[in-house]
Amino acid sequence: MLQRRPALGPSMLDDVAIRVRQNVGIVTAVLLFCVLYVLYNLAHPKGFSSAVLVQNGDEIFALAMLAMAQTVPVLASGLDLSVGAVMTMVGCFASYLLTGTAGGTPLHLDLFGLHLFLGTFPGDISGILLGIVVCLAIGALAGFVNGCVVVYGRIQPIIATLATGAVYIGIALFLRPTPGGKIDEDLNWALTNSLGDFAATVHIFDDGAAGWFAPVAWIPVPFVLLVLIALLVWVPFRRSVLGRAVYAVGSAEGAAYMSGLPVDRAKIAAFTLAGFFAGCGGLFLAIQTSSGNADIPQAGAYTLNSIASVVIGGTSLLGGTGSAIGSIFGAMILRVISFFFRIFDIAPLLQPLFEGLILLAAVSIGALGVLRVRNTLELFR
Amino acid sequence: MSDAVLTQEAFLELSGISKRYAGVRALEGVDFACERGKIHAVLGENGAGKSTLIKIIAGVVQPDSGRMRLAGRDVSFATPSAANAARVVCIFQELSLMPDLSVADNISIASPPRRFGLIDARAQRRRAEELLAEIGCEDVNPLMRVRDLPLSRRQIVEIAKALGKKPQLLILDEATSALTSADVEKVYAMLARLKSEGVAILYISHRMHEVEALADRASVFRNGRHIETFDRGRRSTAEIVQLMIGRDIAAQYPAKPARTSVKPMLALDNLSWEGRLDRISLRVGAGEIVGLGGLDGQGQKSLLLALFGVLRGISGRVTVEDREVRPGSPAAAKSAGIALVPEDRKTEGLMLPMSIADNLVVASLDAISTGPLVDRAKESEAVQRAIARLQIKIGAPGDAVSTLSGGNQQKVVLAKWLMTEPRIILLNDPTRGIDVGTKQELYRLMRELADQGAAILFYSTDYDELIGCCDRVAIMYDGRIVRELEGSELTETNIIASALNIDAAAPAGTGAVHA
Repeated sequence: MLQRRPALGPSMLDDVAIRVRQNVGIVTAVLLFCVLYVLYNLAHPKGFSSAVLVQNGDEIFALAMLAMAQTVPVLASGLDLSVGAVMTMVGCFASYLLTGTAGGTPLHLDLFGLHLFLGTFPGDISGILLGIVVCLAIGALAGFVNGCVVVYGRIQPIIATLATGAVYIGIALFLRPTPGGKIDEDLNWALTNSLGDFAATVHIFDDGAAGWFAPVAWIPVPFVLLVLIALLVWVPFRRSVLGRAVYAVGSAEGAAYMSGLPVDRAKIAAFTLAGFFAGCGGLFLAIQTSSGNADIPQAGAYTLNSIASVVIGGTSLLGGTGSAIGSIFGAMILRVISFFFRIFDIAPLLQPLFEGLILLAAVSIGALGVLRVRNTLELFR
Repeated sequence: MSDAVLTQEAFLELSGISKRYAGVRALEGVDFACERGKIHAVLGENGAGKSTLIKIIAGVVQPDSGRMRLAGRDVSFATPSAANAARVVCIFQELSLMPDLSVADNISIASPPRRFGLIDARAQRRRAEELLAEIGCEDVNPLMRVRDLPLSRRQIVEIAKALGKKPQLLILDEATSALTSADVEKVYAMLARLKSEGVAILYISHRMHEVEALADRASVFRNGRHIETFDRGRRSTAEIVQLMIGRDIAAQYPAKPARTSVKPMLALDNLSWEGRLDRISLRVGAGEIVGLGGLDGQGQKSLLLALFGVLRGISGRVTVEDREVRPGSPAAAKSAGIALVPEDRKTEGLMLPMSIADNLVVASLDAISTGPLVDRAKESEAVQRAIARLQIKIGAPGDAVSTLSGGNQQKVVLAKWLMTEPRIILLNDPTRGIDVGTKQELYRLMRELADQGAAILFYSTDYDELIGCCDRVAIMYDGRIVRELEGSELTETNIIASALNIDAAAPAGTGAVHA
């Protein structure tokens, strides 16, 4: 009745060839990053050391999160211009909730001349964990609001998130008119260094001195967090029905609707997940800088760089194809470029110029296939 | 279950169904029924109400009034998924596939197999393989993106997707129009099997020979009304056509003029491209309609695209009126006097959201402009002329072209190109999905254009059409022209034999050839 295809042999090679061809953008980004990063370490006086890795991990993490955040709405063919604002807002919240002050942090609200005392947020370890959860929930909530405005307000994502982004920045400014606040020192130390430092801070694995732990103790914590978030959040999402629906909506919304997919829920989920990822970025940035700062130019720069990362990572801005994993590599490529400025002592003002050129080059490489097209009609499909 | 019971109990029963769109009547008091284990053809011109009927059955639109019963129970479907849940499945003419997802993803999109709450990619792939095997198309790799498949393969995926929903009532809306002949046979076989399993099948097609070959029963619609339902063989083709268009038609195809020696307008010598066109030499004379025949995907479409400047890397010679041309783009082809009615009118032929007038003049803006500005007076005059010449049925020229029926849209495409006064007209399956009445108008128009001196190269997947319209038919096989047929050689048997590149002396009979 049914002819089984052989388990090995040409058909399996076909499968591999098909998968490579379909992911050529991501493969290119990974290879480009590897080349750049090896070059960087070769040129760096302390190259290939844990210290350099840790420093790079700290610098990469927030942008990598924002790149993941941007990927999800882009897959559903909508841009999210509020990811930088969500990041900034969550960071400002974190600077109140993660202080770790003994006896707790009193929270006040000054609004329209009213002075309200909201209560005391606990400062012990459970308080810090609760604070992290609250911060991430705020990020996800901001994304959820974006999704609802897009879906129920029937407003184009780019306009909707431009507006909500301004609102989120406004909230951030209200919380932190000037940079300030503080983050628990142990939390800062544990999350922005190597696994060994983490273990020593939270007193596990014999304070990180356990023999079996030594081979992994050099790995930077941000790197581990990145892998964990990718594996525990992104990969299951991509394989869920909702994740599939996000790709389907970005590919052909009408066909997705006619196939009975939950189009509205998929869009809301896409923006909510974007908010969650952006919240992760904001949380980390606050922990890393030990303060909250409603920095408007920084929010804008992060948003634009997140879009650039998505493109460099091989995701189509038209939606439907690509992956958040590619975007992580896109973000890392952008960051590595800036590292080069430090070691080669190039005028930092030239950095945007070079970043722009690299972005152009990356996009051009992705578009090289155009030269091979023999049927020019295919260029328009 | 005995036949008597089956015939008494209709599986799907509609009574008094009416539907209006913005005051325009689409269906009026329609009573209709179909049974399990029967293939029921629904016939009618475009605008007769067929698509509204199936949209109501499939849950895409809701009727204004009337009742729908499925297996003896009152039903109304608010969405396509509600219809699917009742195992009423429709294969729409407009493809419902997501181009960036894989074949396997698309087939299982509505209810993918899951493990631990997540999509089980392996099970999903197996399912795709099984469903494709059921249609006999194991050659489609389920990992491929739909975007990378040719149109005919996408249609197969669409059918597999519908099969995966285990339909009790399957509706096919022009579902074979994009298929290759070989695949059509496979789909026929699949339909026969579903029928024997007791599935009720509604079949909508403009291809009369398909209806004759498949349908146990047919219903004719006209102007939103159900005209007549009859069993197979009770009505002749001529009678059916008459029921559909409600008026007598003298002959389906305009008479061909006597063949005289013609001067070649378009001459191709050893045209090759990327291994898909292989040393093609062909002459098309002024006043001639030359058909391109053969199985689908043998290079006919590539040949038309090559002549229109769309393909890069062509070798060989193309001469128009003894002058060599080598168009590098459609714009260059246009100035060489070449026009192409493309394969897909919705994406390549028209800018759907733009107005009818804008679409009509878009290829001939130079002619109606003074300097950089479009001359509004000239424009509206040109538009009026075109609408009158092709008898396009429109509301107002400012309406979006997407509001027109398929046949009238195709007329807009053709009218657009006639405004450029082309010497050479390339037609890529222009009658696909178009109603009988408009088809005949197009045939007449083609002959008229030829009589005025144009050279026409006409690709069609419908053999009847090639025989009826063309002075000569070039049959392509594997990128080559294997045979040219003209005059009395121009028969269905010869076309099919040449299309399969077998000896014409082989036993005739369309069914046997494909077996």
